[in-house]
Amino acid sequence: MIAGLLWLLGCQLVGEVVVRLLDVTVPGPVVGMVLLLAVLRVRHLDDEHPVVVTGTRLLDHLQLLFVPAGVGVVAYAALLRDHAAGLTLALVGSWLAGLLVVVGTITLLARRRAVDD
Amino acid sequence: MTETWEWARSSPLFLLTATLAAYRVGVWLRDRTGGHPLAQPALVAIVLVGALITLLDIDYATYRNGTEIIAFLLGPATVALAIPLHRQLHRLAGLLIPMLVGIVLGAVASVTTAVLLLRLADGDDLLERTVAAKAATTPVSIALTENLDGVGPLAAVFAILVGVLGAVVGPSLLDRLGVRDPRIRGLAVGSVSHGIGTARMLHDDETQGAFSGLAMGLTALATSLILPLLALALF
Repeated sequence: MIAGLLWLLGCQLVGEVVVRLLDVTVPGPVVGMVLLLAVLRVRHLDDEHPVVVTGTRLLDHLQLLFVPAGVGVVAYAALLRDHAAGLTLALVGSWLAGLLVVVGTITLLARRRAVDD
Repeated sequence: MTETWEWARSSPLFLLTATLAAYRVGVWLRDRTGGHPLAQPALVAIVLVGALITLLDIDYATYRNGTEIIAFLLGPATVALAIPLHRQLHRLAGLLIPMLVGIVLGAVASVTTAVLLLRLADGDDLLERTVAAKAATTPVSIALTENLDGVGPLAAVFAILVGVLGAVVGPSLLDRLGVRDPRIRGLAVGSVSHGIGTARMLHDDETQGAFSGLAMGLTALATSLILPLLALALF
């Protein structure tokens, strides 16, 4: 488990350092994800490799990791209540708009490419 | 007795135990109900822990500090999303360009409609700045919101709310829309509901989960790049 965690933390650390050196707003863990993907592809790591075992176990409980931030709802309960109507409209509306644009664009472009081929 | 109580209220041991227990209840409910959409472990745990700290009068800052180790693991877990992606990457063939265009346009739509709908219905400038980056995953939305002079921790709450929304209604909405390609289903949920949506997709099917994680990363990237530009037009 420690060996696997070391891989994950190492990739994240390199990612965090890179985004700071380049002074970009891209999140460090996302750069770390790209880095780990490159490692997995170049070295053809199998399912028994520690990073794959530890990473998969961590992802099994991905939802748990959002709980501390989510409980922040309590701290902002009064504000959320005061602006409930506007916030509901904005959050649900923009969530739906984003989803429809993604699905629509990808479906349309993928179909066109299939026709071109 | 009072002394022990005071210790327990602010001790990470108590707060972590309560959080893990609440999450276990959520997992148990999900399995027990055969994966009912509302039985998302994160949602159940947030409701239970929220009620607990309200009842015991523990302030959120104390709770947040006590459970820092859980939030910390979000970083390495994001890195770990490379694993399902690695297994599923061969399925990306033919979808690369549509995916990139779709995710960038989706991020523009998310930011613009969030700000404009809130302006229409409420008109609070600080909230508009705080809601803009909510489609990016939690840590990113906090950082981007603070660059915009919004309220970081509140942006995290908005991100969690849309994440839970996607985990609860995303798959059934996609069924209604007739979207069956697991790659497009994953990309759709990951781009609007980041890690929480991804966790649901990953639990349902590995291909959906892998593409959802990919969309989450790309949306965080796209939002980081376009938000400063959109902000010039929106604010």
